[in-house]
Amino acid sequence: MGAALEIRNLHVSVENQPILKGVNLIVKQGEIHALMGPNGSGKSTLANTLMGHPAYEITAGQIIFDGVDLMDLETDERSRMGLFMAFQYPVVIPGVTVANFLRNAINARMKAENPDSKGIPIPAFRKLMIDKMNMLEMDTSFAGRYLNDGFSGGEKKRAEILQMAVLEPRIAIMDETDSGLDIDALRIVAEGAEKLTDSLDMGVLIITHYQRILNHIKPQFVHIMLDGQIVESGGPNLALHLEEHGYDWLREKQNGNGSVS
Amino acid sequence: MSDAEHLEGIRETYDDEYGFHDPDTYVFKARKGLDADIVGQISEMKNEPAWMRDYRLKALEIYRSKPVPTWGPDLSGLNEDDIYFFVKPADQESRSWDDVPDTIKQTFDRLGIPEAEQKFLAGAGAQYDSEMVYHQIKKELASQGVIFKSIEEGLREHEDLFKEYFGTVIPAHDNKYAALNSAVWSGGSFIYVPPGIQIEMPLQAYFRLNTASIGQFERTIIIVDEGAFLHYVEGCTAPTYTTDSLHSGVIEIVVKRGARSRYSTIQNWSDNVYNLVTQRAMVYGDATHEWVDANLGSKVTMKYPSLYLMEPGAHGEILSIAFAGRNQIQDAGGKAVHFAPNTTSQIISKSICKDGGRSSYRGLLKVYPDAANVKSTVVCDALLLDDISESDTYPYIEIENPSVTVGHEATVSKVGDDQLFYLMSRGLNEHEANAMVVNGFLEPLTKELPMEYSIEMNRLIQLQMEGSIG
Ligand SMILES: Nc1ncnc2c1ncn2[C@@H]1O[C@H](COP(=O)(O)OP(=O)(O)OP(=O)(O)O)[C@@H](O)[C@H]1O
Ligand SMILES: [Mg+2]
Repeated sequence: MGAALEIRNLHVSVENQPILKGVNLIVKQGEIHALMGPNGSGKSTLANTLMGHPAYEITAGQIIFDGVDLMDLETDERSRMGLFMAFQYPVVIPGVTVANFLRNAINARMKAENPDSKGIPIPAFRKLMIDKMNMLEMDTSFAGRYLNDGFSGGEKKRAEILQMAVLEPRIAIMDETDSGLDIDALRIVAEGAEKLTDSLDMGVLIITHYQRILNHIKPQFVHIMLDGQIVESGGPNLALHLEEHGYDWLREKQNGNGSVS
Repeated sequence: MSDAEHLEGIRETYDDEYGFHDPDTYVFKARKGLDADIVGQISEMKNEPAWMRDYRLKALEIYRSKPVPTWGPDLSGLNEDDIYFFVKPADQESRSWDDVPDTIKQTFDRLGIPEAEQKFLAGAGAQYDSEMVYHQIKKELASQGVIFKSIEEGLREHEDLFKEYFGTVIPAHDNKYAALNSAVWSGGSFIYVPPGIQIEMPLQAYFRLNTASIGQFERTIIIVDEGAFLHYVEGCTAPTYTTDSLHSGVIEIVVKRGARSRYSTIQNWSDNVYNLVTQRAMVYGDATHEWVDANLGSKVTMKYPSLYLMEPGAHGEILSIAFAGRNQIQDAGGKAVHFAPNTTSQIISKSICKDGGRSSYRGLLKVYPDAANVKSTVVCDALLLDDISESDTYPYIEIENPSVTVGHEATVSKVGDDQLFYLMSRGLNEHEANAMVVNGFLEPLTKELPMEYSIEMNRLIQLQMEGSIG
C-alpha cells in the first residue's frame, strides 16, 4: 500500500497573521486531487507549509506523511521522504546548471541513505536526464543553462516538472504549474505528469485556477479553498461548475452557514 | 564529502591541514623588532654588495617616514616590536628535496608540494620563514635560458639583470609596506624567461611560515621577455598561533612586447597573519598580464594587484576572489593604470563573507591624458552568507582622456531564504544548498581558471571537470 499525506486541522500563520484556519485533506499515492480557490485564499501557503518553508508557522494541527509527523522534519528530509513541490514561482540560482543541480539533488538522496555512496554515475545520470527531457519535449540544451536564470515563465514551469520527473516523488504538489504555459506546453507537461502518476503510483495535489489542465490530468477529487479553509470537496464536476459560476455561490453559502448577517 | 561542501566549509579544517607547526630548527634568528642593525645583519648574512645594503637602509628611512595607512582596515594591532624580521631556516638552499632538512621537507611533503611539482609544474620553489629552502626547474627549461632561482641567487649570479629591474616597478617609496619590504626583503623568486620561450606548465613558489611572530618579506622579480609565456603560481599557509605574524611581499613583473604572463595566488594564511602585499606588472606593447588573486586566509589582507599598461596594445586582467570568515578582513581588489592609447583592462572581483567576515573591493582605474581609446570593465560582486557579515566597494576612477569606454558593475547579494528553501526542497541539506549557491556565484570566474596544479585551488573552486561537485 502506498503512502498518504494527511493534513489534519492545520492552522498556519505568516508573520503572526493567521492564513490557514483548519485545513483537512488526505492525498494518497495514486490519487489525483485538484485544489482551487480565489487569489490569496491560502493555497500556496498550504503548499509551502507542507514543504516546510521557515516563514510559515504551524499554530495548530498536524501533517502526517507515510505515518511520520512532518513537524519535526527539515525541508530536505521531507523531500528525501518523497514529497515534492513544483513552485508557483521557481527561484533563480545563478551559476548552477540544471544538470549540475539535478545530479546534486540525486546524489544528496543517495548519500543521505548511504553515506558511502559515490552518487549516480555520469552516464546513468545523463541517460536519465535525457529521457526525462525527451518526455517533456525539452531541448537538451536546457541541461547546460543556469537554473531558472533568464527562463521564460513557461520554461520555468517545465523545468519544475523535469525536476519532479527526475526525483520521482511519492506525493507531488504542483502549484499553478499550468499558469504561464502555452496550450501545447500545457498538454505536454500535463501528460508528462499523468504518465509519472501512473508509472510511479504518485499522488498529486494540483493547485490551479483553471479547468484546462484538468482535461489532461484528470482529478478524482476537487477541493475548494476559501479564506484558509477547504469549504467544498467533490468530483471533477466541481471544477466545471466553478469555471461557469465562479466563487460567489460558495461565499454566499459560507455566509449563510455561519455569520450573523 | 563533496567538493561543494569543501567549498562552503572551506576553512573549517584549516587547523588540521595547515595550522600545525614544526619544532624550531632555524639556523639563525635575529632578535625581535626592527632597526638599522637588524637591516645590516640581514644584508650581511646574505653577503650582499654595498649598494644593496645602502638601498635597504634608505628604504628603512622611507618606511619610518610614512604613516600607517588609515584609509583601510585597522592595522593598529600590528606591533613591529613583537615581530622577528629575519629567521634563517637552513644553511643553504637545495636543488633536491633530499637535501632539504628533514623537518622542513616533511612539512612540504604534508602540503603536497613535491608531489605537485612532479605532476603539474615546470619548476617549484619553497620558502620556509625567511628564506627559500628549495628551488628547481626542469632541465630543458634551464637549458633554454630560463632562470628560476631564489631572489638572493638572482642577485648573486645575475647582478646586472637584477639591478636593471629591482625597484623599478615598485620603488621603495611606493607605499609604507613596499618600503618595509625594500628594507628587509628576504626570499622570493627571480625569474627570467628569454624571448619567445613558452613555458607550458606553471612555475610555483610556496610560502610557509613556521616560527611564531615572524615577519616574512619575500621579494619576487619576474621578467617575461618579448613573445614569451609564463604562468607563475604562488601558494601560502601558516601555523595557527595566538600571536600575530606579518607577511609583506613585493612582486615586480615586467611583461615585454608581445609576451603573456599570468600570476596566480592562493593565499591561505592562518587567521593570525597580517598580509600586506604590493604587486604590480608593467605591461608593454601588445603584451598581456593576468593576475588571479585568491585570498582565503589571513587576519587582515590589503592587496591590490596592479597593472601598468605602458604601450599601445597592452592588455591586463585581474580576477580577484576573496573569502572572509570569522575575524577576517579581506581588503582586496586591483588597479589598472592606462598610460598608453589602445590599452584594455578588465577587473572581476568576487567576494564571499560569512560568520561576520568583512570584505572590501578597493579598486583604481586611472587613464592618463595621452591614453586614447582605452577600454576597461570592472565587475565586483559580493555574496553574504549571513546577516552578520559585511561587504563594501570603493571603486576609484580617474579618467583624463575623453575617448575612454568604461563599464562598471557592482552587486551585493545575500543567500536568500527562498534560495535555500528551493534547493532544500529538492533534498539538499542546508550545508549543501549553501555550497551550491556559493559555487554558482563563483562559476563565471572558475570557468576562466586552469587549476589542476594547486591543492588549495581545488578546494577553493570546484573543478570544471564533470563529477566535481557531486
Ligand atoms: N511569505 C509570506 N509573507 C507575507 N504574507 C504571505 C506570505 N505568504 C503568503 N502570505 C499571505 O497569505 C495570504 C495567502 O497567500 P497564498 O500565496 O497562500 O495565496 P494563494 O491561494 O496561493 O493565492 P494565488 O492564487 O494568488 O496564488 C495572502 O494574503 C498573502 O499575502
Ligand atoms: Mg498561490
